[in-house]
Amino acid sequence: MTTLTGAARTGDTAGRPPAANRNVTGRRRNRWFAQVGWRHLVAVLGVLFSLFPIVFVLSAALNPLGTLSTTELVPTGGVSLGNFGGLFERTAFERWFLNSLLIAGVASFASVFLSALAAYAFSRMRFRGRRVGLLALLLIQMFPQFLAIVAIYLIFGTITDLWPSIGFNTPWGLLLLYMGGALGVNTWLMKGFFDTLPRELDESATMDGASHAQVYFRIMLPLVAPILAVTGLLAFIGTINEFLMANVFLTSTDSKTLAVGMYGMLQGNERNNNFGIFAAGTLLTAIPTVLVFQLLQRYIVSGLTAGAVKG
Amino acid sequence: MSTPLSGPGSATQAPGQGPVGSRPPRSRATRDHAPITLTGLAGKVLLLGLTAGIAVWAAFPLIDTGKWAGLALLAATTAGLFYLYLTPRHIPAKYLVPGTLFLIAFQVFPVLYTASTAFTNFGDGHRGGKDDAIVAIQTSSVTQVPGSAEYALSIATKGDPATGALLFLVTDPATGTVSAGDGGGLRQLDAADVTVTPGGKVTAADGYTVLNFGQASARSREITDLVVPTAGGALRSSGLSRAYEGKAVRAYEAGCDCVRDAETGQTWTADQELGAFVAADGERLAQGWKVNVGLSNFTRVLTDKNISGPFLGTLIWNFAFAVASTGGTFLLGMLIALVLHSPRMRGTNVYRVLLVLPYAMPSFAMLLAWRDMFNADFGLINNLFGLDVDWFGQPWTARFAVILVQLWLGYPYMFLVATGALQAIPRELTEATSVDGASPWQSFRAVTLPLLLVALSPLLISSFAYNFNNFNAIYLTTEGAPFPADNPTNGATDLLITYTYRLAFGGQGAQFGFAAAISLFIFAIVAVVSAVSFRRTRKQEEVYS
Repeated sequence: MTTLTGAARTGDTAGRPPAANRNVTGRRRNRWFAQVGWRHLVAVLGVLFSLFPIVFVLSAALNPLGTLSTTELVPTGGVSLGNFGGLFERTAFERWFLNSLLIAGVASFASVFLSALAAYAFSRMRFRGRRVGLLALLLIQMFPQFLAIVAIYLIFGTITDLWPSIGFNTPWGLLLLYMGGALGVNTWLMKGFFDTLPRELDESATMDGASHAQVYFRIMLPLVAPILAVTGLLAFIGTINEFLMANVFLTSTDSKTLAVGMYGMLQGNERNNNFGIFAAGTLLTAIPTVLVFQLLQRYIVSGLTAGAVKG
Repeated sequence: MSTPLSGPGSATQAPGQGPVGSRPPRSRATRDHAPITLTGLAGKVLLLGLTAGIAVWAAFPLIDTGKWAGLALLAATTAGLFYLYLTPRHIPAKYLVPGTLFLIAFQVFPVLYTASTAFTNFGDGHRGGKDDAIVAIQTSSVTQVPGSAEYALSIATKGDPATGALLFLVTDPATGTVSAGDGGGLRQLDAADVTVTPGGKVTAADGYTVLNFGQASARSREITDLVVPTAGGALRSSGLSRAYEGKAVRAYEAGCDCVRDAETGQTWTADQELGAFVAADGERLAQGWKVNVGLSNFTRVLTDKNISGPFLGTLIWNFAFAVASTGGTFLLGMLIALVLHSPRMRGTNVYRVLLVLPYAMPSFAMLLAWRDMFNADFGLINNLFGLDVDWFGQPWTARFAVILVQLWLGYPYMFLVATGALQAIPRELTEATSVDGASPWQSFRAVTLPLLLVALSPLLISSFAYNFNNFNAIYLTTEGAPFPADNPTNGATDLLITYTYRLAFGGQGAQFGFAAAISLFIFAIVAVVSAVSFRRTRKQEEVYS
């Protein structure tokens, strides 16, 4: 294509007036637009759609007045970091942040571990009840679990009476509850990934005298590291955003997670006035996720689709 | 807890029978060489020691409160775990049991419990047994009669002054003894543990926090509602510093199985099918008890005109929402992935990072931020486009708004997975079609799209199932609004799940039984849709290979 246009140009420029020359560059520009330019146009539109709510939140966080009614898309009334200061002064944000990191970190690590254990058994071993077990996992997931919240509330009421340190208003009780959902979709995803690993690997290790635990920890786990990273990240994001269970569980200010605490900021009459500090909190909440995300980005694309292809 | 152990346990009877060819020599090899390594042994000892420690720690409160069934369950579970990890047999169970224990305790058991309540009238006014209902009726009918004894009252709690359960501390004017009372009755306190003013008011008591006037007045409603049953009637507060012992006007009479009002003489007879006391004219007392109602919760959804009409509308909108959210995010994500998937495109990495940012933002917070962007008075959307629309005030704008928000939240994920799937499609395929003279559209329709759908259909199905029950998307934005004037429980943007949540926990009085019945409906719908689509994609066979 380039050769064609090149030839046309050398031919044309010979004795033509400059007007035609402009015409040619215009045609080249059209051709560029038809092949690449429109792609940039669509991509830029997509980026604008992606970014404008985030820019709005950023502008609200920097808005010195800190109210919703005075916030524009671009900060016009000056810029200040007062909302960030207000966030730490007026709320227990640092406690919520640490609680969320603790709960999401431990929950995602433990649930990935439990899930990988089960996925190994489902992928590599044959036993009675395997099929039923796999189907049951799928089916249980489809029951909207939080509707069991009344039952869960009653169960944990008893637990709080007996063992206060794993009851309401503690991160450990909530963690136990999240562990209940550890087996499930993740197990299927990981089983699909285990299935793609050649069986010869573990068979040869077994021939060399490795026990099943050694095969699992030394050979399989390192090989599935990408999918572990991905499911871990998804579990992390899911736990940070979990609102409903946490809202029932954590009522004292110091035990709240970010989702519960920040929801409380926008309740009642304070909705307009607290918007600035709420936006500041949103930006700070995004930091750990963005960091982990950028770190794992190349795993995420391959990991998600690798699991997807195998179901 | 015997089921989880026997479940995988029965599974383990067959480890040697599996179709895996290498199994028999392998089990022999493990026995011959028995590769017990130091790290493996140490790990095992550590974990089992931890289990034993936790079990002992958990046992003491069970012994203290005399919960022998719980203790037996704990002992059996611990013994089962020790057996499982010390025997060389039952290998699959070693990997399955840890997750399964949590699954049974915190997911299967609550779900079964919920399902069983669908056949009862469990809810506000029908919580406990018949005896509880009778006690509640009698104590709530307590009124002050001439000559009622008066006490000096202090409000106390054993927990936090703002949230802890409340108690009355009262001094008997005749004997001077101090008692603490709550819903369970009065308990006498040791005179040495309390400080009492000459007027009889308790100012401090060991083990209790006495609320000051400000703390008490903040919880005055709870104080008014607190009734302490006594031998002759019940104690109620009158203001924040006085209490009286009143007489119950209504009393249960076993002879007629009814409740009689001593002042008016009216009677309410127990109706065992409704779980309530009903008067001759059909009036019911608010306090009833829990009874089995069979399938009536289910038939109510289908036959009660006030429920079935809105229910059908909600069901249709629920499907529309799930399809639009899943389809919209998929189309937009795929479009942008296709646009960026060109060898001549520059700067794709920059675009990718920026496009994916919404996925990394905390979604609960962004949902709340979007809610305020749609604010009718000073929201960004109206300001930016010079509109004056009450977005959440009209059904169709509200529906459009929640789908738009879902599109924003969900399309980066679809963009990511579509990008991955596109990169997995060999470029030779599309090149071959263009050599054969196919237009880009034809090659997309015939080659790229089918391959993409094969790779992504499991994700699309699970995304549909997720969006079908996407509680946060509605609860954190519109909360189901706008509501029709005649039906405050079912709004235009309500999904079945938010509607059910309102039934179960809403301000109108909890109806757990009915809510559980609807959640079984939801479960059936999602399960059927998923099963059909899984069968269509024929993933089953592949997965079970």
